[in-house]
Formats: sequence, structure tokens, C-alpha cells
Amino acid sequence: MEMYRSHVMICRGTGCTSANSEQIAKNFEEEIKKHGLEKEVVVERTGCFGLCALGPIVIIYPEASFYSLVKPEDVEEIVKEHLVKGRVVKRLLYAESVEEDRIKSINEVDFYKKQVRVALRNCGIINPENIDEYIAFDGYKALAKVLTEMTPVQVIDTVKKSGLRGRGGAGFPTGMKWEFASKSHNEQKYVLCNADEGDPGAFMDRSVLEGDPHSVIEAMTIAGYAIGANQGYIYVRAEYPIAVKRLAIAISQAREYGLLGKGIMGTNFNFDLEVRLGAGAFVCGEETALIASIEGQRGMPRPRPPFPAVKGLFGKPTILNNVETYANICPIFLNGPEWFASMGTEKSKGTKVFALGGKINNTGLVEIPMGTTMREVIYEIGGGCPNGKKYKAAQTGGPSGGCIPASHLDVAIDYENLIALGSMMGSGGLIVMDEDNCMVDIARYFLDFTVDESCGKCTPCREGTKRMLEILERITEGKGEESDIEKLETLAKNIKNSALCGLGQTAPNPILSTLKYFRDEYEAHIRDKKCPAGVCQALLSYTVIDEKCKGCGICAKQCPVSCISGQPKTVYKINSDKCIKCGVCMTKCPFKAIEKK
Amino acid sequence: MKSIQELEEIRRRTLETINVRKDRSGTRVVVGMATCGIAAGARPVLLTIMDEVKKNSLADVIVAQTGCIGMCRLEPIVEVYRPGEEKVTYVKVNEGKAIRIVNEHIRQGKVVEEYTIGAEDK
Repeated sequence: MEMYRSHVMICRGTGCTSANSEQIAKNFEEEIKKHGLEKEVVVERTGCFGLCALGPIVIIYPEASFYSLVKPEDVEEIVKEHLVKGRVVKRLLYAESVEEDRIKSINEVDFYKKQVRVALRNCGIINPENIDEYIAFDGYKALAKVLTEMTPVQVIDTVKKSGLRGRGGAGFPTGMKWEFASKSHNEQKYVLCNADEGDPGAFMDRSVLEGDPHSVIEAMTIAGYAIGANQGYIYVRAEYPIAVKRLAIAISQAREYGLLGKGIMGTNFNFDLEVRLGAGAFVCGEETALIASIEGQRGMPRPRPPFPAVKGLFGKPTILNNVETYANICPIFLNGPEWFASMGTEKSKGTKVFALGGKINNTGLVEIPMGTTMREVIYEIGGGCPNGKKYKAAQTGGPSGGCIPASHLDVAIDYENLIALGSMMGSGGLIVMDEDNCMVDIARYFLDFTVDESCGKCTPCREGTKRMLEILERITEGKGEESDIEKLETLAKNIKNSALCGLGQTAPNPILSTLKYFRDEYEAHIRDKKCPAGVCQALLSYTVIDEKCKGCGICAKQCPVSCISGQPKTVYKINSDKCIKCGVCMTKCPFKAIEKK
Repeated sequence: MKSIQELEEIRRRTLETINVRKDRSGTRVVVGMATCGIAAGARPVLLTIMDEVKKNSLADVIVAQTGCIGMCRLEPIVEVYRPGEEKVTYVKVNEGKAIRIVNEHIRQGKVVEEYTIGAEDK
């Protein structure tokens, strides 16, 4: 590899790619050539930097200048000024990083200051399609250490000592899982990776696979050595084309270097990996359904026990870990389990990646030590709700989790605390809701998702969730009855206790937690037939505010059902019997004289 | 098939070329590259420094550029920041001087006094 004085890192994660970052990369290459800098400056396409809200993102080293919202036409100026003359283009820098007299480096800005990047350590720093760059930052060093210096029992002990727990959501201790599988005697065992990220709004697994695929490959090989398996499968969604492509490249490079295949690193250990594409069914994130899907069966769960550690893929002992769990493995071996266990809380060690979404300023990916409070994540890192709106709640754990209201913002994030609040860690989606969100509608939205995604094998999930959704729909349409809340609670309890798999058992969580913290909103919908947040269309009525109306008549002209009447220069009236609540009058009124209540 | 030694070799070699993205603790060499610097011949100086750094496999050296340092009559100007030491400013640098600066100051830690701004002012 050549030596370059300046490295232009361009994010080619899914977020920035959809914002045209490939064109930006091409423009950089062209402009650099035009200025004769191709021997001094290199352009690299990398994984996610995390601050997706401000993409496309370009970072230029060695200054670590952070350019945000870059447009293809900005490239010429950046090359001319920054790369030729060494003058940072302040106008295009991430605004937070510019202070009056100096430019802060990325690690000093609020968004990154509190983050500790373990699983995301290489994302945005290396070119994921170049194995040498992964190796440069200590890649495959952990595997070399494991294969030459440690016994499988020592490997498992190290993982156990680190306190690492499953990052897919349930938080089962990873070392114990490996130990169970290692104790199941069989000629053939398997190592699986769950990259079937299904929660709406969650994208941390995708970012790891796109930005640092080798970290998963290396960790799975270590797992194979630990339990005595020689074959692994990565089950990834077909909807993640960039991740699938980079995984394929990474696997073939690893094979070429003899890091996968027979006699790895000259030892007598054999291990190989294959990718299996999932068609995007949420239930296939459940371990037994995922295994069925890899086997070529319909993706449906089966009762446990037997657990996969005893009887898994093709009936053989199998371990299944999530992408983020694997991404944590190599640093544990390089820095020691004590280092990992020094981060986090008593029972939850290390860091967790969250995908911030919804009503939050800094949409993106953050990795924080366990024990960080919700308030720090949402206000200090996430930058709070946009437009000065008031925070109402955040949903963790996606459709299986629950919400965390403002009164519990100071809780330290770990597995136990979130469960105590009626939510769960989940895979790490964090959807923020502000005062404009109706919590009944949110519960209805998540339930609508689980009803769609229920595989239909067991009755509580297939029928029960459907009945719950019907009740919620009735409530949001203003047809709710007094007994509905009790009915929901009874159904929720029964489904939780009797559904076959995690999907059904957790499906009632969004209802239970919104009922726990926002019962008044349910009651307002049912008793007063009002939606306090102004979301549920059926419960709203549009009215003209008499003092503000100037009688211009624009509303009447725009109304598609002609339900607004009046004479010019007089106050107009809306006939709410005919009104279809489309809201056109409200958006068109130049005097803000129409309100919905 | 790569042995562990070969992997170690790849690591060392690649790290040299990409550690500017991570390690900011090593020596920094900054070349003034505003219009004045470029006109006075800063570009060949910069390329020479990069070349020397590479030739000598100096892993923790970052070569960067900056704008006008303010003393245009003394360009090309090269500043060397070594951790824990005061900044040294070299003036009127050419390719030959650049080679000496890399070899004596950056590699061995001996400041090339005669090229520094202090010597120039005398």
C-alpha cells in the first residue's frame, strides 16, 4: 500500500449511500486527479460514522475534519481549499465542531464525547472491503492468540469472565451459551450469526456488517474453536444488499488469507462460513425459526427445550449470537475480560449500540457504556427533540419492548432496569416520541406490525394479537368502551403466558407499558372521545377561531368536500358532519385561524 | 495461506499507511501550503518529506499541510511537532534540506539548527 498524507473517508453505509455518497466519492477522485494529488491523497469508502441525520458525511484525516451534509457540487471547493491549500472549508463542517477560534476534532463534539466505540470500533475508520486495513487495527490478532495460546475451555472462561450478554435483546450470558454447546458431544456442531434485524428503526447490525464485516467473521471463528464447530452460517436479511455484498467480499478475502477454511493460520483447526439470506420475516429473528429457515423449512418457531445448544441446526448442537455480540468478542481477547467487565453496571457489562430514531435531532447510531442514563442519550448525545417540542417517551426494544416516559429519564440503561420499567433492551432501536405523538396510536402501530409478522403457528399470538389490535383500532376511532382497558389487560396477560415464542410473548408489551404510563390517554379516547395529542383523525374536529379569521375564504375554496361556508370578510364556519378531516384548510389558512381539537 | 508472522507483517505495513486515522500522538510535520508556500516550492518539499518518511518506515509520523503561516518571505516553511517538545520551525526549506530534517530531526531527534527560523534571523 502506498503512503498518503491525507485520507478522505466517505461513508458508504446505507444511510449516506441513499444520500448519494457514491457520487461524492467519484467527484473526489476526479477532482483529486485534476489537481494532480493522486499520489498524496487517497479516497476510501467506509462504514457508518453514526451521525446519519447529517449524512452524507466525509472525514478528512489527519486533521479529522468532519464535513456533514456534503453535496456532490461541494467537492470541488473542498479539494481546492482543504486538500490543495490546507484550509478547512468551515462553511461545510459539522456546525457543532466549529467554535469561534478553533475547530474541534470529532471526538470532542457532544455527539461523540460520551460514546465508547467497542462494537463500532472500526466503523468509519477502515475500508471494509480491504482486509489489510482490518488487520492493521489488530484484526485477526485475537484469533491468532486463541488458536495458538488458549484451549477451548480457556476461551469460554474468558468470555464468561467478561460478563458479555447477548446483544440481540434477551441478554443471555454469551459465555454460558458457548459452554452448553461445548458440552454437547457431537461430531458436527454449528456457529450461527443472527443478522435478521427486524425491529422497525433498528440498524446497528447492518452498520457493523457494512462497516466492519471481518470483526464478525473473526469472532465466529473463535466461537467455532471454543465449541468445536467447523461450519458457520450468517443469516442476514436480503434487504441489506450492501451488508451482503461486503460480507461476501470479506469471506472470500479471509479464505484467500487462510483465515477461513482448512488449517487456519497453520494450525489444525478448520472452520468455514456461508451466508444465508432471509426474506425479511420478523419471526425469523427468533432462534428456532431462524434455524428452520436455514434448513430450508418454513420460518416457524418450535417449543424449547431442547435448546439449540443441544439440538439446533440439522439437529446438531448449535450456538446463535447476534451481530453486535460477535463484534464485542475480539476486543475482549485483546484487552482482557477485566477491561470489558470494567465498563457498565454490576450485571450488564460493556457497551450497547442504539439506533436513535423518531423525534430526535441527531438521528443515528450511538454506542454508550451500559449504565449511561436515558437523559444523557436523548439530550446530550441525541440533541433532544426537534423544534423545541417536549419529550414524551422513548420506545426501546421495538415492537417487543415498551416505552420510557419523561419521569424515568434518569434511569441507568441496563438489562434489568429496562425490564423493571416494563420495557426491554431489545436489539437497540430507540424511537423517541414527542408531545405530538398519541400513545394509543403508537401501541396500535406496533401491534399492527406484530399482527402482520405473526407466523400463525400458535393460537394466542395468531388470534390474540388480532383481537387486541381490533380493540385498539376501535378506541382510536372513537368507539371505545369502558371495559376495553380491562379486556386488553386480560388478553395481554394470557398471550404473554401462553404464546409459543418470543414474538408472541412480548407482543403485548407496547400495550402494557403505554397503559402503565399513559392510562389517561386511553381514558380520554374512551370516555371523552378526544385524542389529547391530536393524532387520531376520527376524534378530531376542525374549527375556525373566530377572532383570528379574516374572512379571506381560502379555506372554503380549498376544501375538497365543500363543507366550509361563509361570505367574504365574515367569519367562516366548518360543518363538522360533512368534514372528512383532511386538514387542508388548516395548512392553507394564512392566518392560522383553524385549529384541530 | 498466511502464517501469523505474515499477518504481523501485513499489520505493520498497513498500519504505517493508515494510522493517521487513529493515532494522533506521534510526530507531526506540517508544511505551509498557501499560495505563498506553493509558489516558493512547498509541493516538492512536501512530496520529499512523505517519500523520506516512507523510505525509513517511520510509523508514527503524520505529514500534514496547513495554510499561510504568516512569514511569506521565508517560505517554504516546515514545522515539526514532536510529542513533549517545543515546536521547531524550519524556513526556506528545499528538497535537500527536507531530507536532512527527516533524517536528523524526525528520526534521531537532533534539531537541524542551521535551517531553523532562529538561525535565519541572525
